[in-house]
Amino acid sequence: AHHVKLFYAGSFAFLKSPEHKLMTHFCLFPARTHVSCDIKGDVAVVRFNTPNSKVNTLSKQLSSEFTDIMNEIWANEAVKSAVLISSKPGSFIAGADLDMIEACKTSQEVSQLSQEGQKMLEKIEQSPKPIVAAISGSCLGGGLELAIACHYRIATKEKKTVLATPEVLLGLLPGAGGTQRLPKMVGLPAAFDVMLTGRNIRADRAKKMGLVDQLVDPLGPGVKSPEARTIEYLEEVAINFARGLANKTVSAKRSKGLMQKLTDYAMAVPFVRQQVYKTVENKVQKQTKGLYPAPLKIIETVKAGLDQGRDAGYLAESQNFGQLAVTKESKALLGLYRGQVYCKKNKFGTPQREVKTLAVLGAGLMGAGIAQVSVDKGLKTILKDTAQQGLDRGQQQVFKGLNSKVKKKSLTSFERDSILSNLTGQLDYKGFEKADMVIEAVFEDINIKHRVLKEVEAVIPAHCVFASNTSALPISQIAAVSKRPEKVIGMHYFSPVDRMQLLEIITTDKTSQDTAASAVAVGLKQGKVVIVVKVRERTQVCWGAAGGTGGVQSGEEEAEGRPPGPRQLPARRGQRGGMSLWRIILPGLALPTFCAGFTCSSILRSPYRLFPCSCTEEDIQMRLVTRFVNEAAMCLQEGILSSPVEGDIGAVFGLGFPPCLGGPFRYVDSYGAKQLVDKLRKYEAVYGSQFTPCQLLLDYANNPSKKFHQ
Amino acid sequence: LWYFLVHGTTFESQGLLNRTSVPREVVDYIVYGTVIQEVKTSNVAREAALGAGFSDKTPAHTVTMACISSNQAMTTGVGMIAAGQCDVVVAGGVELMSDVPIRHSRKMRKTMLTLNRAKTLGQKLSLLSKIRPDYFAPELPAVAEFSTSETMGHSADRLAAAFAVSRLEQDEYALRSHTLAKKAQDEGLLLDVVPFKVPGKDTVTKDNGIRPSSMEQMGKLKPAFVKPYGTVTAANSSFLTDGASAVLLMSEEKALAMGYKPKAYLRDFVYVSQDPKDQLLLGPTYATPKVLEKAGLTMADIDVFEFHEAFAGQILANLKAMDSDWFAQNYMGRKSKVGAPPLEKFNTWGGSLSLGHPFAATGCRLVMTAAHRLKKEGGQYGLVAACAAGGQVRVCAGSARLFNPSRDPGDSPLPWAAHSNAQQPLLHRNPSSEPA
Repeated sequence: AHHVKLFYAGSFAFLKSPEHKLMTHFCLFPARTHVSCDIKGDVAVVRFNTPNSKVNTLSKQLSSEFTDIMNEIWANEAVKSAVLISSKPGSFIAGADLDMIEACKTSQEVSQLSQEGQKMLEKIEQSPKPIVAAISGSCLGGGLELAIACHYRIATKEKKTVLATPEVLLGLLPGAGGTQRLPKMVGLPAAFDVMLTGRNIRADRAKKMGLVDQLVDPLGPGVKSPEARTIEYLEEVAINFARGLANKTVSAKRSKGLMQKLTDYAMAVPFVRQQVYKTVENKVQKQTKGLYPAPLKIIETVKAGLDQGRDAGYLAESQNFGQLAVTKESKALLGLYRGQVYCKKNKFGTPQREVKTLAVLGAGLMGAGIAQVSVDKGLKTILKDTAQQGLDRGQQQVFKGLNSKVKKKSLTSFERDSILSNLTGQLDYKGFEKADMVIEAVFEDINIKHRVLKEVEAVIPAHCVFASNTSALPISQIAAVSKRPEKVIGMHYFSPVDRMQLLEIITTDKTSQDTAASAVAVGLKQGKVVIVVKVRERTQVCWGAAGGTGGVQSGEEEAEGRPPGPRQLPARRGQRGGMSLWRIILPGLALPTFCAGFTCSSILRSPYRLFPCSCTEEDIQMRLVTRFVNEAAMCLQEGILSSPVEGDIGAVFGLGFPPCLGGPFRYVDSYGAKQLVDKLRKYEAVYGSQFTPCQLLLDYANNPSKKFHQ
Repeated sequence: LWYFLVHGTTFESQGLLNRTSVPREVVDYIVYGTVIQEVKTSNVAREAALGAGFSDKTPAHTVTMACISSNQAMTTGVGMIAAGQCDVVVAGGVELMSDVPIRHSRKMRKTMLTLNRAKTLGQKLSLLSKIRPDYFAPELPAVAEFSTSETMGHSADRLAAAFAVSRLEQDEYALRSHTLAKKAQDEGLLLDVVPFKVPGKDTVTKDNGIRPSSMEQMGKLKPAFVKPYGTVTAANSSFLTDGASAVLLMSEEKALAMGYKPKAYLRDFVYVSQDPKDQLLLGPTYATPKVLEKAGLTMADIDVFEFHEAFAGQILANLKAMDSDWFAQNYMGRKSKVGAPPLEKFNTWGGSLSLGHPFAATGCRLVMTAAHRLKKEGGQYGLVAACAAGGQVRVCAGSARLFNPSRDPGDSPLPWAAHSNAQQPLLHRNPSSEPA
């Protein structure tokens, strides 16, 4: 009866206002907070709007409101078609609500969620009234699954409009029919690529792949803001297509290209399909070393659907989704994702002055890298070196970095030139009086650093921050000769700067809050994941140097799941470009220079085989990990790290700690502090005090309910 | 058609002089505008001047500023007169859309240039042997904006959408333009046309693009740029034609001394530029309030509006922008809107939609039409505005020009300049400035 009442309210209002443009609130009752619905003529417009959030997520509340609204639409005879759109300009639907998945206690519960999603989307797919997805902003995970269940997709051709199935990055799989629909839609090889890498697909690429049917260009200012008008225009266009689909003047059938026709034809042959599975499986095995279960489950699920039919496919999908959600790998990756989000916020607040002009000293690999990630975000940047030759090399590096984007078509040559106009190369200190921040990346020699600091302080304005990109010298030692130590801070970038996500900011006792806020703001603007640590005064072994202990071979490091050690990296980096899987599944493939405020480059150079190796592989791995974790805990204990989250992020993104373990602190949680301390005690007896567990670990070991991550 | 470019321009200048009876030797300087340059006549002003029998002692230069190139030519002339450099300037514009330069591909050009330097037959043959079929693919001149790679029609479609201008409104406006142009032509109001004899063909005596259609027929056309759902079609866009135009500019003293009665005088002008992506065609909106303030006038003072009609959607978007307080406050830094011009004063003899748009020649045509309308309707002030693309100059420029013709030639105490004009779609308009 309730439904009937609603239906009447809607259709009655509609009858009173026959004009198409007249908006009528269709769903007046009960008060809906996440989804709303308007009727425009004979088209229902369903709008997603998760309250108090920048993005829409497929939460329980949103799903149930959406289901109700769809039922009303199907029941309403005056409605012939529907458009799904978001009220938020930046997000269609950014995926499933992660809290909802995390709240599940058992894999059965998660499978249940998956099945509910599958059923809903199947109803959408089978809908007798055509449904058009109007996509602007992020269309990820469950959002993409919803979109591909619709009959037609229209996306805005904007940078913020990205389509992807990032589930694999969280150790999951697309659990609402995505593994079954994607291969049919874009072909098997492309579907594997999308699902196994989780990479972002821009709207124009999505159109070429056949993932969306129409593109809408973003609009400029009119009598409303560009964002508001663009989404309104998208809706208008989508309504017209929905109407066209309903009265059969528009066909939802895509004309496939010759290549796709050939691929589809080939994939219909079971033998060819088996070969594809095999190739993809081998590739995944090689790159993940079997440490990540999600990619293999994705392949298995797709296979089930294609070889045994749809029911088997859907069943496999929901079961595998449930199984994956409770794995420790998934929990670790989810923790990293949350950590990343945490490190994208400035906990020091907004700085008093925004940095508009940046000066970088030293046009070496690091200096030029810092310049590159600054100019392309619109910062005016001075790149200063002492020699013309060095400067030329640095400027060329920036050009090359940007030009590679032009070649990949993510930038036009005009945009490249316009970005480069933000860069000034020079040999003197001209213009430093306008600098808001100076980042030095000169040689790691305390005398040179001191000289540079004094020279710079003579020319910069009072508000200007002096940041050092040092990785080998304590920042407090550099700040010692400063006239204004409150303005001195460490900003430690990782090489290559344009690809490494992490920025480690190091404060001294004297560094002011505003200076830290300024440094974090610049780092975030440069697109970095920022962790803030305190300088470590004592000249001890940094925890990143754990690799130096006890007969370690780099091959064994990999067996543990760690990305390759420093010695292997140059060779590996070459492969990286070609293999998107590698890049994504092991995010933050890292250089080994992370340590809290102090890096011992001498340790990095130390040989791996200090002792002849006579112990088991597992023993070596445990020695590596336990000591690493012990050092990390010590950093937290001494207040160098302010939180376990930042420690985990730093270790994974800066140092190459295995992402599947989620970072040293999460590892303690999952392995058990007590067990870890036991191991450390064992090694301490054999190898000495470098394995002595720190007090913090002992505290956690004594209290089993204590966890770093709740 | 090559013949047209120089000879058409030549003829235009001659026509101008015939109508104004100004002796050739009085002209101190010649400025012409052009957009798509023919490499052989990169300074087309000079070639045409020589061809038209001007003294070879009269300097001439060519300017370019996309669709407002001849406006730029006129204001350049005005600037030279104001600076005391000269007294009499011929300014105009020319465009040859039916024969644009098409280049060899870059690889081919490189080979050809290297070939010049090859000394021996062996070297030459080895170079020639490297030529591959793809070398022969020609390079067409870009119709797209350099900075954004967006074609202008595409930009106009987005602009129309941004201001929510419907297809119906655009078609209606285009139909109005054609209907009014036809009426003006039939009534013999388009006095600025100079007949032009096309070699080997008949003489073109009138604008040949005026085609009043019906809403039904226009409604059948498919979108030309944003497919399949856009609103800009062939029927509601201006069409590109060949054309040339010219005006005669004089200082006040000189005109008086020579005994001329001026047709109009130019009171003020401004150039503005905006974002070439989203506001490419919004120049008139920005320039109009600025020039009015500069001249100390209001919208109500203007009797005649003559705006360049690049696209019906662009005109309607500009009218909506001018009528929006929100736009004025958020994008123009103004307290309130300037207001849209009343349609009964707006492009009442047709516009570029119906008369055609030979890029660089349009500016003089707009100015001259405004002058003739003022004279016919007895108005005092006219306002001319045109939008232009970034093209080679990389900026989007809009210009508005304001001028005040004497209401009655008899009681104009201080005539400032004599104008004359000509243009067009394979035919020419002629000046009508009579000697006093």
